[in-house]
Amino acid sequence: MTKEELKTKLTELVPTATFDEAGEWLNVLIDAKDWLPMAKALRNYFDLQFDYLFNVTAVDWKTYLSVVYHLRSTKLEHVVVVKAKIADRNNPEIETVSNIWRTAELHEREAFDLMGVKFLHHPDLRRLFLTDDWVGYPLRKDYEDPLNMIKL
Amino acid sequence: MIEEVGTTTEGDLIINVGPQHPSTHGVLHLVITLNGETVKKVEPHLGYIHRSIEKMCESLSYRQFIYVTSRMDYLSSHINNQGCALVVEKGLQIEVPERGKVIRVLMAELTRIASHLLWWGAMGMDIGAFTPFFHAFREREAINDIMEETCGARLTMNYVVPGGVMADIHPNFQKKVNEFIKLLKSKIDEYYILLTGNIILQERLKGVGVISAEDAINFGCSGPVVRACGVKSDIRKIAPYDGYEKVKFDEVFETAGDSFARYMVRMNEIRQSLSIVEQLIDNIPEGEFQAKTKAVLKLPKGEFYSRVETARGEFGVYIISEGGLTPYRIKFRSPGFSNLAALHHMVKGSKIADMVATMGTLDLVIPDIDR
Amino acid sequence: MFSLESLAHNIDLGLNNIFPPTVALLSEMVIIGVGVIALFAVLGLVLVFMERKVSAYMQIRKGPNRVGYQGFAQTAADTLKLVLKEGLTPDGADKFLFNLAPFIVMIVAMLLMAPIAFTKGFQIWDINIGVLYISAISSLSVIGILMAGWASNNKYSLIGAMRSGAQIVSYELSAGLAILAMVVLTGSLQISEIVASQQNGWWIFKGHIPAVISFIIFIIAVTAETNRAPFDMAEAESELTAGFHTEYSGMRFAFFFLAEYVNIFIVCAIGATLYFGGWMPFHVGTWEAFNHVMDFIPGVVWFFGKTFGLIFLIMWFRWTFPRLRIDQLLNLEWTYLLPISMFNLLLMTIIAINGWYF
Repeated sequence: MTKEELKTKLTELVPTATFDEAGEWLNVLIDAKDWLPMAKALRNYFDLQFDYLFNVTAVDWKTYLSVVYHLRSTKLEHVVVVKAKIADRNNPEIETVSNIWRTAELHEREAFDLMGVKFLHHPDLRRLFLTDDWVGYPLRKDYEDPLNMIKL
Repeated sequence: MIEEVGTTTEGDLIINVGPQHPSTHGVLHLVITLNGETVKKVEPHLGYIHRSIEKMCESLSYRQFIYVTSRMDYLSSHINNQGCALVVEKGLQIEVPERGKVIRVLMAELTRIASHLLWWGAMGMDIGAFTPFFHAFREREAINDIMEETCGARLTMNYVVPGGVMADIHPNFQKKVNEFIKLLKSKIDEYYILLTGNIILQERLKGVGVISAEDAINFGCSGPVVRACGVKSDIRKIAPYDGYEKVKFDEVFETAGDSFARYMVRMNEIRQSLSIVEQLIDNIPEGEFQAKTKAVLKLPKGEFYSRVETARGEFGVYIISEGGLTPYRIKFRSPGFSNLAALHHMVKGSKIADMVATMGTLDLVIPDIDR
Repeated sequence: MFSLESLAHNIDLGLNNIFPPTVALLSEMVIIGVGVIALFAVLGLVLVFMERKVSAYMQIRKGPNRVGYQGFAQTAADTLKLVLKEGLTPDGADKFLFNLAPFIVMIVAMLLMAPIAFTKGFQIWDINIGVLYISAISSLSVIGILMAGWASNNKYSLIGAMRSGAQIVSYELSAGLAILAMVVLTGSLQISEIVASQQNGWWIFKGHIPAVISFIIFIIAVTAETNRAPFDMAEAESELTAGFHTEYSGMRFAFFFLAEYVNIFIVCAIGATLYFGGWMPFHVGTWEAFNHVMDFIPGVVWFFGKTFGLIFLIMWFRWTFPRLRIDQLLNLEWTYLLPISMFNLLLMTIIAINGWYF
C-alpha cells in the first residue's frame, strides 16, 4: 500500500488522527486512548496486516510523552509509524499491545523502566534493566544524576 | 539481584543460569524453572551490562555517538556504525562516494563473516564440541588482521564516519582479502566435516527450539532466526543501503525453523558474504572515500530512522532531532533483544541441553541486548 | 634379560627369608600401597599432560610449553597449585558426605588397580574372578559421584549426579555384556589366563566380527562409564557449569580429576588385556624373525603401549565430538547397544562352542 492509500485507510479507522509525511514512512499521530483499537485493526485488517512490530520508543517531550511504534508488514511490505501521544506526563498510561505483538512485552517493559510509561494490562510490568528499587526514570529529560551523567 | 531461589510449590527446581555461566556468553541471567530435566519456564533478567547508551548519546554530537554503538553488538560493530552513519547521512542528505560505499560493504561483509565464525565456534562449545572454536578463530584471526591494517583496530573498528569511511584502505588490503577468500573457501568444507556433518550435532539441533514463521514474526525476531522459518527479512534486500542493490547475493532461507535451520542459515550466509566480498574486492571504484562534510554536523529538526542488517538481524537507529548539536532522543533497535524474547517460547518443554543449544543458535550478544 | 617378574619374585623371596610369612605379607602390602599411590601420581601427571597435548594438537595450538621441557612440568605446577588451594565447603552442604565423596571415588579407582596384569607375573592380585571383580568394583564409583552431587547442596551438582547415576547404571550393562562375550571366548575370568590365551594372536584378530563388535561396544560403554565426552553428561560445563563437582575446590577437586584419569587408564588397560593381548607381543603367524624381534620388546612396554593407544582413542572422541543429550544417551544404550551386545554374546557363544575361531 502506498502512503496515500494508507492515509485514507487510517483516516477511516481513526478520524482524529493527523499525519506527517515528511520522512521516509507515513507517520500517524494519534491520542493514546485510540491506540488499542487501532493496533488491532492494523494487525488484523486484510489490506494492512502489520504483523511485525520492530521498534517501540518512548519519547519525553518535556510537557507530554509519546510512544512511537514502528510497524512493518512482512506480507505486504509497507511500513507505518504510529505516534501515540500521552498528555499526562506525571501518570502516563497507555494500553499494552503485548497480546497483539508478543515482542512488545519486552519493549514495553524497557519503556516502562527507562521512561516510566505505564502499559495497562501488561502481563508482567516490572523494571527490566534497572534494579527494582531504582527511583526515577533515567531517559526522561528532567532526570538528574550528578554522578554519572555527562553534559555536553 | 539474587532472587527466586529454591523450589516452587509444585516441587519444580528454580535455577539461576548466569549471570556467570559458560553458555550465556556474557552476563545474561536466566531464571529457569525445571521439572527434572525439562524446562518449564525461562525468564531473562537483564541489566547487568546496561550502560544506557541511549542516554549517553543524547549528550554526544552526531560525529561522536556513532562510536558508542560499537560497544553494543561488538561482533558486528562495523555494521552498527554503518547504521548510525546512514541515519546522519539521511538527515543531512550527504551523498557517499562510490568508493566509500564499497569499502563499507566490504568491511561489513568481513565483519559478518567474522561474527558468524565466532558464533560457529561458540555454538560448538555450547553443545560440547571444543575443537571448532579454535578452527573458527584461526580464520577469524585473518579477518582481524585485515581490519587492523586498514582500520587500526581489530574488533571495535570505528572506521565509519558520516559521509564515508575514516581513511582509505591499506595498500595490502586487496591482496590480503583475496588470500583470505581462498583460505576460507577451503576451510568451510572442513567445517562441514568437523561439525555440520556430525550425526550427534544433527541429532542435537534438529527439531530443537522450533518456532513457526508466524510466532517468529510476532516475537519480532529478525536475521537468521526468522530466515530459518522462511520469512523474507534481510534488510539488504528489503531496503538496500550502501549499494547492496548492485551486488549479487541470495538471501538464505530454511524452512524448518529449528536450531539446525538457524545453524544452516548462518553457515550459508558465510558463503553468501564471501561471494559479495569476492565480487567487490577487485572492483573498488577509484575516487574519494569520504564526502566533504562540515566539521560540526547539525541534523535538521525531524525524525530519522535507518535500518541495517547486522550478523544477528535487523539493527535500527531512530533519531529525533530538535536541530541542536546532539540528538534529542535516540533509540536503538537491537536484534538480540527481540530474539531473546522468543527464547521461552522456543525451549518450553524441552531439556536443559536443548535450551543451551537453542541459545547457541540464537547467537545472543549480551551488550547488544542490554545496551 | 631384566624382567619385572624376577624383580617381584626376588623381593618376595627376600622378604620371606628375613621375616616370618605374616610380616613379609604385610610389608609387601605396604610396598604395593606405596607403589600404587606412586603410579597414581605419575599416571595423573602423564595423562593430564597427554590430554592437554592431544587436545592442543587437535585444536591447532601448542598446549602447555613453558613450564619444564615442552611444558612437561605444567601438570606438576598445577597439582602444586591445587594442593595449596583452600578446599571450600559450601554452606548447607552435608559436610561428612561432601568430604567423603572424593575419597570414595579415589578408593574405587585404587581397588581397580589390583587385578591388572602389567606384564608376565607382575600383577598385584591375580584373583580367579578378575574380570568379574573389575565389573563389580567399577560400579561403586557412582556412589561417590551421587554422594558428591547430593552433599554439595547445589542444584547443578544434583542434576549432574542424577545424570551420572542414570548413565553409569545403564552403560554398565553393555560394558558387562561386551566383557562377557570375551570371557565366553576365553573360558576364564582370570586376567592372567585371558592374557595367556592370546599367546598366538590377539582376540580382536582371532575372534572374528563378534570380537570387533564387542570391542566397539566396550569402548563406547567405558567412555560413558568414565563420564568422558561425548558422554560427559555429569559435568556438561555448558549446561551444568561443572556438574557434580561444581562446589569442589583444591585437593578434593583434584581427587575427582585424578580419579577420572586413573579410571580411563584402568578401562583402557582392561580393553588392552581383553582385546589386544595385554602384555603379549604382536605376532604374525609364521614370520619367525619378525616374531622374535617383537618378543624382544618387554611385555610392560607392550602393555602400556596398547593402553595408551586406547587412551588416545578416547581422548580423540572427546575433542572431536559434540555432547549428546541425556535422553539420546539413554536411548543409545537401551535401544541400540544393549540389544546388539546381547545378540553379540549369543553369536560369540556359538562361535566359542563350535571353535570357529583361530
